[in-house]
Amino acid sequence: MAEALKRTPLHAVHVKAGARMVPFGGWEMPVQYAGIVEEHRTVRSAVGLFDVSHMGEFEIAGPGAFAVLQRLTTNDVGALAPGQVQYSLLCYPDGGIVDDLTLYRLADDRFMLTVNASNIDKDWAWVTDHGRSDARWKNVSAETALLAVQGPRAEALVGRLADVDLTGIGYYRFARGHVAGVASIVSRTGYTGEDGFELYVDASQAMSLWDALMDAGKADGIMPVGLGARDTLRLEMKYALYGNDIDQTTNPIEAGLGWVVKLAKGEFIGRAPIAKAKTEGPRRKLVGFEMVDRAVARHGYRILKDGAEIGVVTSGSYGPQVDKYIGMGYVPTDCSGVGEEFEVEVRGKGQRAKVVQTPLYPSKVKKA
Amino acid sequence: MANYPTDLKYTKEHEWARVEGNRARVGITVYAQEQLGDVVFIELPKVGTKVSQMQAFGVVESVKAVSDLFAPLSGEVAEVNAELVKKPELVNQDPYGKGWMLVIEISSPQQADALLTAQQYEEFLAKGGH
Repeated sequence: MAEALKRTPLHAVHVKAGARMVPFGGWEMPVQYAGIVEEHRTVRSAVGLFDVSHMGEFEIAGPGAFAVLQRLTTNDVGALAPGQVQYSLLCYPDGGIVDDLTLYRLADDRFMLTVNASNIDKDWAWVTDHGRSDARWKNVSAETALLAVQGPRAEALVGRLADVDLTGIGYYRFARGHVAGVASIVSRTGYTGEDGFELYVDASQAMSLWDALMDAGKADGIMPVGLGARDTLRLEMKYALYGNDIDQTTNPIEAGLGWVVKLAKGEFIGRAPIAKAKTEGPRRKLVGFEMVDRAVARHGYRILKDGAEIGVVTSGSYGPQVDKYIGMGYVPTDCSGVGEEFEVEVRGKGQRAKVVQTPLYPSKVKKA
Repeated sequence: MANYPTDLKYTKEHEWARVEGNRARVGITVYAQEQLGDVVFIELPKVGTKVSQMQAFGVVESVKAVSDLFAPLSGEVAEVNAELVKKPELVNQDPYGKGWMLVIEISSPQQADALLTAQQYEEFLAKGGH
């Protein structure tokens, strides 16, 4: 029998709001409320509120925490000061990706990792297998709720409710404070390409914070946003989704994530094969494309050139803001340049597509 | 119930047919478009194509899903709603009106007896709709 789906602390709020609830990575999550296209465009034009409490959070503390993370993750933890956030990867010894994550330096010897919901158990086993006696791991996923407020009105909205000055929090920076009276980690991060915040709060406070944001956000045109629009928003940005675009069979270089691999920092798990891929150049690359012919590419569809299979679509849908059928996929490096054409096999028929500049929609994140 | 007009006939695959003499206008139901969510792509046959009752005649795609469209009646495609290529959202906005998909020149009028009435279709939905 299938295991019961887990629920976030906001489950009742979603049901009451009329969300369509679907299984996702072992969780029962809202895929949409008013409709994916409307929710997507609201995030691009105003502000959207997301419940992403299904994400996992691990803390590690102690004198050995830094060394453990330098060995486990691909980015350079030495470049991460308290108050900063870093996008990073956990890799296997062969360079395949265990998960992608954001790493928070809470204090000199205390960190938090935010990992994908569907990978919580796997990641927990992986990180605790690579622990040290002078660093303690703690899985705080269950007691942590995570709300994302994303869009051009996000700063104004959260700013009205927060007791910290948000203008002092740069992109991939965080501060501790209260939002609507709820103790939060206020992080200027997100998965949409818009300016915005991710708010980490105690699970027991999630509902109160959600209601306060929805209430105060009326003036800003706020809408609750489900996983459906979260997916199309990240697709327009070419942000990778674990399980779709990256997994244990993909290495960071071919996935275009070489920028979070810091070979110069010294040894880490997966370093040698990743260094080799970087030196030799990857055989294939993850590209963003748009359809030339009228057709929708989907995850798993074959990519063809002159009738032969050359790659695979890893994500594909309709991009509501760019108003095009778009996707991501792996193609041989010599077919990965902007303007290169190939075909996506849709219901047995090759449909033309071309590699485009990414992100497909210009990022609006606040680079400091 | 207004969601399922009584002048239409329905299939268990959630298409509707409005029989007008020897022709039938065809689309998908309110329930179908709700289940799909925002429709972003529609593939329809060309005028003159032969279609057979309960065989796929096209495809409708929402942001998340791909779904076949089934012909309520056999015949030949007499008209296609070309507007839907540019504005697939009409299927969500007006499924029984501007969201129509085909007009079929019916070859076997008696096939209409196999379709559901509005009441039968609503009973079918009440039992889960599949």
